[in-house]
Amino acid sequence: MTNKQFDENRIVYREVVKAGEPWMHEVKAGQRFRIVDLEGNEAVDTLFYNAKDHSERYSATDTIREQGNIYLTTGSVLRSNLNNPMLTIVDDTCGRHDTIGGACSAESNTVRYAIEKRHMHSCRDSFLMALGNCECNHDKAMTKEDLSSNINFFMNVPVSPDGHLDFDDGISAPGRYVEMEAHMDTLILVSNCPQLNNPCNGYNPTPVEMVIWE
Amino acid sequence: MTDATQPTTYNGFIWSESLPAGAHWSGVIRRGTVLRITDIQGKANVAMLINNLEVKNERYNMPDTLKAQKTAFLTTPNMCFSDMGRVMCSVIADTCGWHDTIGGLSNAKTLKAKYGEKDYQSAHNDYFKNGYDSLINELTKWGLNASDIVPNLNWFSKVRVEDDGSMTFIENNSTAGDFVDLRFEMDCIVSLSTAQHPMDTSPEYAPQPIELSVFKAEEVKADDACRLHRAENQRAYYNTKIFYGENPDD
Ligand SMILES: [Zn+2]
Repeated sequence: MTNKQFDENRIVYREVVKAGEPWMHEVKAGQRFRIVDLEGNEAVDTLFYNAKDHSERYSATDTIREQGNIYLTTGSVLRSNLNNPMLTIVDDTCGRHDTIGGACSAESNTVRYAIEKRHMHSCRDSFLMALGNCECNHDKAMTKEDLSSNINFFMNVPVSPDGHLDFDDGISAPGRYVEMEAHMDTLILVSNCPQLNNPCNGYNPTPVEMVIWE
Repeated sequence: MTDATQPTTYNGFIWSESLPAGAHWSGVIRRGTVLRITDIQGKANVAMLINNLEVKNERYNMPDTLKAQKTAFLTTPNMCFSDMGRVMCSVIADTCGWHDTIGGLSNAKTLKAKYGEKDYQSAHNDYFKNGYDSLINELTKWGLNASDIVPNLNWFSKVRVEDDGSMTFIENNSTAGDFVDLRFEMDCIVSLSTAQHPMDTSPEYAPQPIELSVFKAEEVKADDACRLHRAENQRAYYNTKIFYGENPDD
């Protein structure tokens, strides 16, 4: 990893992603990718793919097993299903990010909240919408099968030694960010979570900012 | 209600089969049957993935299973949820008490680093097999592929998570004769590997044999312990009944 300071002049891409919107973009090897939690307490559901071969993708279990810890923060290496390093978290002002909470979907909303909540907007709908609209998808179509367990940046899902798991209020705050450096050309797929039924985003989805610099 | 920690017997034995250590297997387990997995000698690990037989891209989903039941591990009366809000199978009996959901699979690289290499030419069928390659081998037979390798179940293994998030593999979690009974609520493709858990602390490559046996399940009643475990379980079971065109309130 290079040891470079953030420099406004070296930004190559910058965009605000509204609450509930999907986002997909490529980050090149050596570039840095920063997600800023603009208003705090937002959950940013994120998947990573090798841009040259989408069958290689972020693996939650390889990532947590190799670092021996279920939470992500500075120094965490995000690994692929082939156990290769995809990105390393190089800066993190939040302190902890979730690896096992997954993404909400219409179907899981019926289970977790109520059958009637099926028609509320969900992260899987956002992921599928991005895959359906992305030009990157024209050669080699990505489908629902490509959605594996994602990272939830800024989300807090504590597990206790007796195996209890909970969704807690976020530990993020306005302006906190996480930044990672890519080891390979990486396709990033994000759902800025629209979940209104649990404290992962304080019951109030808000915008985030994506910044890529080199 | 049955005592989940005591051996349960079922009428309607259908078949059984022994699997050697380090083996891989796949097959269809039908709705309305119970798959019993027995750890014959202790210290076994059974890495498992589950896909819906009819709609194969519906599969076991670790986050939905854990979130809905507020647990990081499985035992009775937990259910295994699919990514489509349905119940694939229910843990109706378990003498072991803790089954891992987050440790993942061994792969060729981690295995070689830990135990060295033993290939077929030098060891014949005792060659070292890893979880990832073993499951690829089975999934492919059903038209599935690497994109279906999602966070898997590891029956009989225990990984504890400390308050700081660090993960510890707990040795001797399962002893000779321990078993877990999975009542299938959907027609499923079950793919499994008996390779060692990737966090196993043993310095030796020493996977263990298991036995699979299938029984006819008793009817799932309204007061079924797994179904009643949480409101989430009841709603997932409701979704499963609808999938099969049945009255969800029965
Ligand atoms: Zn969501």
